[in-house]
Amino acid sequence: MLDTLLLSRIQFAANISFHILFPTITIALGWLLVYFKIRFDLSQHPVWMRAYRFWVKVFALTFALGVVSGITMSFQFGTNWPGFMETVGNIAGPLLAYEILTAFFLEATMLGIMLFGFNKVPRWLHTLATLLVAIGTTLSAFWILVLNSWMQTPVGFEMRDGVAHATDWLAIIFNPSFPYRFTHMLLASALTVCFLVAGISAYRLYRGDNKKAPRLTLKTALFTAAVLAPTQAFVGDLHGLNTLQHQPQKIAAMEGIWHTQQGAPLVLFAIPDAETQTNRFALEIPKLASLILTHDLNGELKGINEFPDAHPPVAPVFYSFRVMVGIGVLMLAVAWWCSLRLYRKGELSPLQYKVLIGMSFSGWIATLAGWYVTEIGRQPYLVYGVLKTSDAVTTVASEQVALTLIMYLALYVVLLLAYVKTLFWLAKRAIEVEEYDLSLPGLPEQKAKLANEGVEA
Amino acid sequence: MNFLTAENLALVFAGLTALAVLLYAILDGYDLGVGITLPMQQEAWRDTAIASIGPFWDANETWLVLAVGLLLVAFPAAHSAILHALYLPAALLLIGLILRGVAFDFRAKVKPERKIRWDWTFKFGSLLATFSQGFMLGIYVMGLEYSVGSVVFASFSGLCVTAAYAMIGNAWLIGKTSGDLQRHAIRQCKLAGVWTLAGILAVSAINPLVNANVYQVWTEPPLAYLFAAIPLLCFAMFALGYLALKRLPLPDDRGAWLPFFICKVIFVCSFVGLALSFYPFVVPNQMTLYEAASSKESLTIIFFGAVVVIPIIAAYTAVAYYAFRGKADGLKYY
Repeated sequence: MLDTLLLSRIQFAANISFHILFPTITIALGWLLVYFKIRFDLSQHPVWMRAYRFWVKVFALTFALGVVSGITMSFQFGTNWPGFMETVGNIAGPLLAYEILTAFFLEATMLGIMLFGFNKVPRWLHTLATLLVAIGTTLSAFWILVLNSWMQTPVGFEMRDGVAHATDWLAIIFNPSFPYRFTHMLLASALTVCFLVAGISAYRLYRGDNKKAPRLTLKTALFTAAVLAPTQAFVGDLHGLNTLQHQPQKIAAMEGIWHTQQGAPLVLFAIPDAETQTNRFALEIPKLASLILTHDLNGELKGINEFPDAHPPVAPVFYSFRVMVGIGVLMLAVAWWCSLRLYRKGELSPLQYKVLIGMSFSGWIATLAGWYVTEIGRQPYLVYGVLKTSDAVTTVASEQVALTLIMYLALYVVLLLAYVKTLFWLAKRAIEVEEYDLSLPGLPEQKAKLANEGVEA
Repeated sequence: MNFLTAENLALVFAGLTALAVLLYAILDGYDLGVGITLPMQQEAWRDTAIASIGPFWDANETWLVLAVGLLLVAFPAAHSAILHALYLPAALLLIGLILRGVAFDFRAKVKPERKIRWDWTFKFGSLLATFSQGFMLGIYVMGLEYSVGSVVFASFSGLCVTAAYAMIGNAWLIGKTSGDLQRHAIRQCKLAGVWTLAGILAVSAINPLVNANVYQVWTEPPLAYLFAAIPLLCFAMFALGYLALKRLPLPDDRGAWLPFFICKVIFVCSFVGLALSFYPFVVPNQMTLYEAASSKESLTIIFFGAVVVIPIIAAYTAVAYYAFRGKADGLKYY
C-alpha cells in the first residue's frame, strides 16, 4: 500500500492540475469577452455579438468546471494538509479569505447577469457585468498567486512557537517572486486562450464555415499571440533570474546542473540520473546556461550538490521545464508563421488550419508543465525553508485517500473528455447557424437597416 | 480597537461562519432542492426549473466556500477535526457538487440526444450532495463519532435534509413558475413539507436524549422559556404553510412567494435551534469556539475586510435578484 504522504500529494496534484486548466482559460477569455462586448456597443455590428455569444458559451462551461473543482480545493487544504494551516494559517488564511470575499462572490454573481441578463438588464449594466467578471477572475488569480508566491519566497513574518505570524502585510503580498509569477501566469492564460480561440476558429473555417465571426476571432487571436509569445519569453527569462536569486536549487534542477560549475552548458536534452548524479545522453550548448542566467560566459551556477538534504527531484523538474519551453517556442513560431500569412493573403493554408486545430489545447500542456517546474522545484518544502511537505500531511488513513483519489481521477477523465468534445461540438453547431440571425433578441437598433441592406463592414 | 479582543473576535467569527452556513443552507438549499425534484416528465418543465436557478446557483455555492474558508481561517483546529472525521462524506458531497455544477452547462450545450443524460446527472448530483450534507450534519451532531447508532442517525438526517431542500426548492419554483409546473411544485412542496416536519420532530426528540447539555439548554429556566419560542414559531410556520399550499394557486398569482418565505423562516428556526444547542462548542462536546480560534492579528485583518466587503456583496446580490425577478419562463442561456 502506498503511504498517505504520496497519495495525498498525488491527489492534491491531480485536483489542482485539473482545476488550473479552467481558470487558465477563464482569466484571459473574460477580457476577450469584454473586448468583444465593447466593440459591439461601439459599432453595433452584429459580428461582434456573434463572436461574443459563441465564446460566452465556452466561458460559461469553463467557468462551471473551474468553480466546482475549486470548491474541492477549498476542502483539501484542510483535509490533505492540516499542517499547512497549523503552521502558516495566519498568513494563508487572510489571503484566502480576501480571495473569497473580493473575487469569488463578485465573479459568481456577475456571471449570472452576464449569462442570463442580456435581455433583462440595461445594455450598460450587461457590459459592466462582463467587465466585473473579468476583473473578478483576475483578482482571484491575484490573491492565489500572492499565496503561492509567498510559499516560494516567504517574507514579512516571524516564527513564534513554530507558528508563522504576519509582521508586514505589504511585504507578504508583494513578495519577491510575486510580480514575476503573476505576470507570467496572466500571459500564460492569454496565450492559452489565443491558441484555443485560434484552434476552434480554424476548425470552423477548415470545416467550410464561411462567416465573418470565426475569421475575426482567428485574426484577433493570432495577432495577439504573435505579440504575446515573445513577451512571455522575455518575462519568463526575468522570472528565471528571480528564481536563481531566491531558489537556486530549483534552477539547478531545471538546468540539470548536478555539480557547481563555471561556464555551465545549456542542456537541450538529457536523461538525468539521480544515482550517478550525471546527465546521460546529454545534448549541450557550451556555456550558454551561464550566459543566460549570469550574463557571463564563465559565470558560476550552483549545482544540486550544494543542497544535500533540500533539493527537489531533478528529472521531473528538468523534463517539465523542457516541455514548457518547447511549447512556448512552438507557439511563437506558429503564431508568426500564421500571422504573416494571414496578414499578406487574408487566409491560411489547409496545413496551417490543421496545425492550429492540433494546438488548440497546447497552452494547457505548457501551463501545467510550468506549474510542475515551480511546484516540484520547491520540494521538499511546502513553504520554502519554513515547512516541509512531509510535516504538513494528513493522518487520514491511506485507504480513504486512495479510494477518493480513484473517484476523483475517474470523474476528471470523464469531464475532461466531455469538455473537449463539447467545445468542438459547439463549433460544429455554430457552422450551421445563420450568419446574422436577426430574430435574436437584443440585437442592434439598426436591425431594420441590416435586414434591408445586408451587412457590410 | 478595544472591543476587538481575542474572545470577541472568536465570537464574531463564529457568528460569521454560522451566518455563511445558514445562508448557504437557504440559498443552495433551494437550488439543490430544484435539482433533487427536477421534474423528469417534460423537457420544457426541466428547462424552466433549471433556468429559474441558472443565474443564482454559482453565487449560492460560494457561501459554502466562504463557510468552509472561514472555518479554515478562523478555527483551523476545528476545521481539521471536523473535515478529518467527515473525510469520506465530504468527498461524496464534492463529487455531487461537481456533477451537478457541470451538468448545468453541459445539458445546454451537448447534442440534443445527450441532454437527458445530463439532466439525470444533475438530479443525481443534487441528491448526492444534499444527502451527504445531511449525513455530515448527523455525524457532527453525534459528536463526530462513527458507530452503528450514529450512522443510522446520520442517514436519517441525510433524508431529513433532502426533504427540507426539496421543500424549499419547490417553494422557490412556486414563485418562479406558472401553470402546470407551478401546480406540480405545489404538490411536491406539500409532500416534502410533511417529511421535513417529521424529520425536525424526530431530531428535536433524539438530540436532547443523546446530548446531556442539549437537554439542559432547552429545559433550564429562565432561558428555556425564551428558547421555547423558536420551536413554537417553527411549527406555526408549518401550519401556516399547510394552509397556504392548500389554497394555492390563487388568481393573479397572489401569495406565490409565501411558501418560500415560510421555508426561510423554518430554516432559520431550525438553524438557530441547532446553534443554541451546541453553543459554545464548534466541535460538539470537544472543542469550544474560543479554544479553536486562530491568532488575533489575522482575524483582525479579515474582520475589517469582511466589514467592508460583505455589504457590497449584499448590494450586488440584491441587484442580481432584482434583475431576475418575476417568472423564469423567458429565461434562457444564450
